[in-house]
Order: sequence, then structure tokens, then C-alpha cells
Amino acid sequence: MSAADAPPAALGDLRVVELAGEFTGLAGRHFADLGADVVVVEPPGGAAIRHLPPFVDDDPHPDRSLRWWSEAAGKRSVVLDLDLAADRSRLEVLLGTADVVLESDLGARLAAVDLVPDTVLARHPTLVWVSITPFTRDGPRDGEPACDLTILAGGGPMWSCGYDDHRLPPVRGQGYQSHQMGAVYAAIGALAAIAARRRTGRGQRVAVNLNAVANTTTEIATYNWLSVQSVVQRQTGRHAAPVVTEPLQVRTADDGYVTTGVPPRTPAQFAALAAWIAELGLADELPEVVFLQQASDPDRALGAPEGNATVDAMAVYSASRDAMNLIASRLPALEFFVGAQRRDLPVGAVLAPEEAFENEHSVARGMQVPVDHPELGRTVRYPGPPLRLMRTPWRIVRRPPTVGEHTADVLAELGADPGPLAG
Amino acid sequence: MTALEHVRICDLTGQLAGAGATKILAALGAEVIRVENPRNQGRWDMMRTVGPYVDDRRGPNLGVGFNNHNVGKLGVTIDLADPRGKELFADLVRISDAVTENFAAGVMDRLGFGYEQLRGLREGVVYVSSSGFGADGPYREFKTWGPIVQAMSGLTFTSGLPDMEPAGWGYSYMDHMGAYAMALALLVGLHVRDTTGQGQWIDLATTEAALTLHGPALLDWTVNGRGRRRPGQPNGNHAIYDEMAPHSVYPARGDDCWVAIACRDDDEWVRAAGVLGSWAHDEQWRTLAARLARQDELDARIAAWTADRDAEDTARALVAVGVPASAVRRPPERIDGDPDLAGWGLFPEVEHPEIGRTRVEGLPIHLSETDWSIASAAPCLGQHTDYVLGELLGRDADTIDELRAAGVV
Repeated sequence: MSAADAPPAALGDLRVVELAGEFTGLAGRHFADLGADVVVVEPPGGAAIRHLPPFVDDDPHPDRSLRWWSEAAGKRSVVLDLDLAADRSRLEVLLGTADVVLESDLGARLAAVDLVPDTVLARHPTLVWVSITPFTRDGPRDGEPACDLTILAGGGPMWSCGYDDHRLPPVRGQGYQSHQMGAVYAAIGALAAIAARRRTGRGQRVAVNLNAVANTTTEIATYNWLSVQSVVQRQTGRHAAPVVTEPLQVRTADDGYVTTGVPPRTPAQFAALAAWIAELGLADELPEVVFLQQASDPDRALGAPEGNATVDAMAVYSASRDAMNLIASRLPALEFFVGAQRRDLPVGAVLAPEEAFENEHSVARGMQVPVDHPELGRTVRYPGPPLRLMRTPWRIVRRPPTVGEHTADVLAELGADPGPLAG
Repeated sequence: MTALEHVRICDLTGQLAGAGATKILAALGAEVIRVENPRNQGRWDMMRTVGPYVDDRRGPNLGVGFNNHNVGKLGVTIDLADPRGKELFADLVRISDAVTENFAAGVMDRLGFGYEQLRGLREGVVYVSSSGFGADGPYREFKTWGPIVQAMSGLTFTSGLPDMEPAGWGYSYMDHMGAYAMALALLVGLHVRDTTGQGQWIDLATTEAALTLHGPALLDWTVNGRGRRRPGQPNGNHAIYDEMAPHSVYPARGDDCWVAIACRDDDEWVRAAGVLGSWAHDEQWRTLAARLARQDELDARIAAWTADRDAEDTARALVAVGVPASAVRRPPERIDGDPDLAGWGLFPEVEHPEIGRTRVEGLPIHLSETDWSIASAAPCLGQHTDYVLGELLGRDADTIDELRAAGVV
């Protein structure tokens, strides 16, 4: 598709300068995927995450890091050495054209490289300067070393995740989720500031605190404590709660797992479940199915007009749970999921990420996005989009940049004297 | 001034996955008007009637989760099945910048308020719909709640210990992340509207938002053919691509006490060794490759050292030498004991007319010139019906009384 044919980009009017840092990458991705011109400024040798695994064919190289690919698709790369005055001048020209700056771990170096946010904003009053830091910058814990594992441990999510057996440690979910949470909040804060700028003509600073993000991303664990001072306890495959609840995960016939979720509640659901048991020839194994058949009658069932319910609610509840568990144990996970959902029984199959990605629904919805990598001679399937914008679609405009791939182009656009370049 | 004071949202969302989105925009200054059904007392949003509760009273205004997710919003009741209710709702859309909902796919069309109808009422309207599987595709009719979204997208699978049943996320993580994605969708849609005058429909499927949260794991699959379902995986507490060791959660003194420790490079390991004791100085542990090769033994050695020590003491000692470490904190420890959060003002208090004075979750961002604020509690059912129908929609008092008597509002 040529540029002229391309649909309009949602954020096509914005330029984002990302000073490559530990927590900036995914925030920059949101902007790039929504059409902003995201220029990632890297030090000579490339951003730190370029040196992190996994690599294409396990061949370590700054342009082959899949961590980099996942955080830098659609961006342009400019290499600048901020220890050099000439490169700081180039950055200054670039900042003069930017709407948003993303920065995370410059902290102690900001003054040394002449990037103290308030000073930069004085020079460029329309800039929105976004800092993504583990703790409040200049706050009591500023400078403490932190990473995804320790942020999720100290910030709350991990306390709620793990197993019924508390001799096993709490568990962290994979995928750098503290970075993910912070990235979307960075985009939210930046766009709110851009909306304000449209009326005031002025930019401002936006601070994202990952410790605070984690603390407000724990659902009931936080508001239970805030309101009634109760503490939730982790439980296998289900919500942490102040009390122990019944297991919801069932091992399936293909050695997978499903989550059976909220138990059936309506006469139609009881009828569907009883019929499913019969279809599968499992009625002999579950005599209690009779309770489901009784509960299928709207005049006698749990939701019946007051006084008319003749079915034992506990017997029905117990039979429906047993029926769901029995069926799940006899079917492959995905087959159980589709079969239950078609009967209006909401359940989920526990899929590995790659299984979710290859799933028929993901494929039908366009969640496999082809991106050309000409120098590798491959077209690579990327995951996306997280949002379907009908008029201004999410898209990956180019493969992730090689180190400094756009340095000369960007500086030429700016009219900044290219001179001898770093890196 | 606030960032979004020019924005009005006609909000049909519920639960955390929807209401959590418009809470963010309300805190940033948008006027968010919750539209709820008078016939069932707003019970479609089950958060109105699930606990916890602060005392023995029950009712649609008393759920503290509902209050937490709906602070700063206005509440109106309108029966969308009634023709007079449809007329009121249409008038509300005419003066709104955005319409939000997280019903099952197809519900808005059946109510007569699909995107085509909405844009007919308000040119440039931003319509954000959120559902588990989106507006089309083979699973579009299927229903979800947080744990189902997490299961179907790979997030449950990748939270666990090797060769064991998945531990999963012990809460509806995707209700939060779905809400954040929905807030982002709204802001992007409003940005396009503000710059071009054009509105649009944004279809958010929370399973898809979730599928994009795996970092490089899916590229490792599409490029290298390496999936996450394989022996020895997943291990949520180890570094997923062997980029760090040690990197795990270790036992500490006391009942169910734990401490997380990570060394991001060999230099951090040397500094950690100064805390962990003489065994750790041994040359056999000096390189990442060596530590990875005997990671089980390394973890056991560290666990033996941490097990008799207080988790906070261990974390403090390691942080003091520049090594990432943290106790796995319980809610009271992190909410009331963290000086970082106290300074941030993360848990503001609101006065709720029925619940009383209570703390709620604020926003983990600050804007230096147009910051968020949370000044009011969640709306009681229909609390602002008179204001919305009278002040905004121009109905006189007699008309409102008639509508109320007829059960339309």
C-alpha cells in the first residue's frame, strides 16, 4: 500500500521523541502503532534492550533482538551520544519539533545532559514530557534499583498470584507486565496532556509511577484493604480472596486445563448442561443430573416466583459443578470451551500464548500482522492490534529500525548540521 | 483547570473492565454520565451488589468495589426499552462527545443504538465498545469475565511454576488492562475527533488486548518456532529468556513471607554476593552462564540464606548495594507502609452518602499543570437524574415527575 492509499493515522499529527530507556519502549509502541512519528534516540551501540534475548535464530546481534522488535516496531532510530555537545545540540533541534518526550531511567543523568524537564519545557513550552519511573522521581525511594520482578513483588500483584499450597512462593506472571501497565498509562497521560494543550497552548510534565501503577492494578486486594481491612490470600487458578473458595480449574482429556468460572444459574443453562451430559453418554456416571433436569423447569427452579422453588438449591449447585467438571475431564480443552460457550455456559480454555495466537478466532480477526523484514528475506507475523479503530486503524508501518538507521534522514529533515556523527 | 473538562461521556459501562476506563477520564476532568436501568436497579453492573460491604446493610449503593470504580461520575437511570427512555437517551447522545459500553456484542444494535444510529444523532461521536471477543469472528457471541479472558489469551498459562497446573492471575488482571486499553481508545478517538472533526467506532476485544501483552514471546514463536508450552516452562519467577540469574522469589522468616531478588548483570551479582556471604564470592558463580547452568543449586543456596531473615531486612540490605530486591508485600504493608505512595497521594478519601467516608484508588500518574482529582464518590442509583434531565436535557419538573412515575427514569 502506498502512502497515498494508506488510511489516515489516528496520531499522525504527533511526533514523539523516545529517549530509549528501560520502561519507554512499550509506551513508544502505542504511539507508533497509532500513527505518530516515533523517533527513538539511542546511544552509540544501540539501546540496552537490543542486547537482550531472545534473538532471531539465537544469533545475538543488536538488530536481531526480539525484545527490541517487540518494543520498537514502527519507530525510527537516531543514534546520538548525549555526552557530546554536538549531539546534545542535535537533540535540542529534534525536541523543538516534538510533541511528546518519553523517558524513563535518565534520572541522575538529566542535569549532566542538559535535559532537566522543567528547563527543557522552558525552552520548548509546548512539549509534553513523560517520565516512567519505578518510584516517584525525587521522592523518598527515588533511585532504588528495581525491575519487573521486584515492582510486582512490592506493588501488590504478586501477593495475589500463586497456589493454594502456601509452601510454594507467590508467582509473577510473565510478559513484563509492570512495563505493560506503565506503558498504557504513559499513553493515557500524554494524550490527556495533548488535549489540554489544544486549549492552553502549553505542554506539561506527566509522571508515571510503576509502583503506584502496580498498587492500583490488583482488583479486590487493594479495595478490600481500603474499605474493610481484609487481606486476600492466593489460590490456584482463581481469585485471591479473604476466604478459601472452590477450585475452578479442571484438567482436561488432552492434559490441558479449563476454567469453569461462574456456575450455571438459569433454568436454560441447567437444561443445556443436562442435555450435554446426555449427548456425551455420561448420565450413568452422574445420577445427580436429575437435579439439573428438575432445575430446568422455570416454575420450580431457583429463580422461580417466591415460595414456588421446590428444587434443593445446594443439590443443583453441586450437580452443575460436578457436571461441568465431568464434561471438562472427558473433552480436549478447546472443545470443552466451544461446546460450553455454544450452550451459553461461560468458560475458558487455558491456552499457551502461541495457541491463543494461532486460534481460529484470532486468525479470523486479523491478529496476525505480517511485517516485512527484507534483509532477512522473511515476512514475520507480529501480534496485534489491541484496538480496532474503524476509521484510523492501528498498524505497524515498518519493521523495527536497525541501530541508527534513520539518523541521517531525521537530521536532514531537521536541517540540523549532520557533521561527523556519533556511532 | 482539568485536562478533559471539554469532554462529556455518555457511559453505559459496568464492572471494572468498563467502569474502570471512564473512572480515569472522570478523574482527568471529563463529565461522565452513567446511564443505568431503573427496572433492575442498575444490577446489570453486578459490582453494585457484590461485597465487600462496610457493615450489615445491603443494596445497590453499598458495594465498595462499585464505589471505587465509579468515583467522580454522575448517575442517571433511563429505561432504554421504553420509547420515552430511548428519546431521553438520544438527546443525551446528541450532547455527548463519546458513548461507551461493555455489553455483549450486538446488544446496542438490538437497543437501536448501534454506531450508525449514534453518529446519526451526533456527528463526530466516538463510540467505544468493549467485549471479550469483539464484534465479529467465530467467538463473537461468547461471554467472558476476567479469568476467561486471561485463560484464552495465554496470560493464565504464563503465570505458574514449571510442570505444574497454571497458577494464573489471582484476580481479573484483564479487567484492569481492558479498562486501561478502553481509556486509551477513548483518548485516541477524541484526539482524532478534535483534529479532524471525525468520529469513529472503536471495537475493543479484551482477549486481543491481552494477546498483545506477551512481550517477545509470540515473536519467539513466529520467528524461532519456540512456544511457551514446553518442558520446564513456564517459570514466572525466573527470567523468561535466561537473561538474569538469580531472579526468583525466596522464603523469608515468618508465615508466608517471601522476598524477590534479581541480579541484572554480573556486577550486581558481585554486589549481592557481598550481602549473601562468603559462599557467593566463589568464582564458580561469577558469570551469568555459570549461574544459569546451576540455577537450582543457586536458588537453594540463596533460599537457605534468606529463610531465617526478615524479608524487609533482606531487601533493604540488597537495595543498599544497588541490587533489585523487594519483600512480597501484603496489602497493608504496601498501601499504608510505603513512603513513596504516601507522597504520591494514591488513595484519596471520598464522602459517600450511604457508605460514609472511605478511601479509594487514585491514579498512578500525575500531570504537572492539569492533574487528576477525585472529589466525589460513585453516584447512588439515579442520584443525578434531575440534574441530567433538567439542566442538560431541558425537561421541566412536571415531565420528570411523569417519567419517574412511569418508571422510565
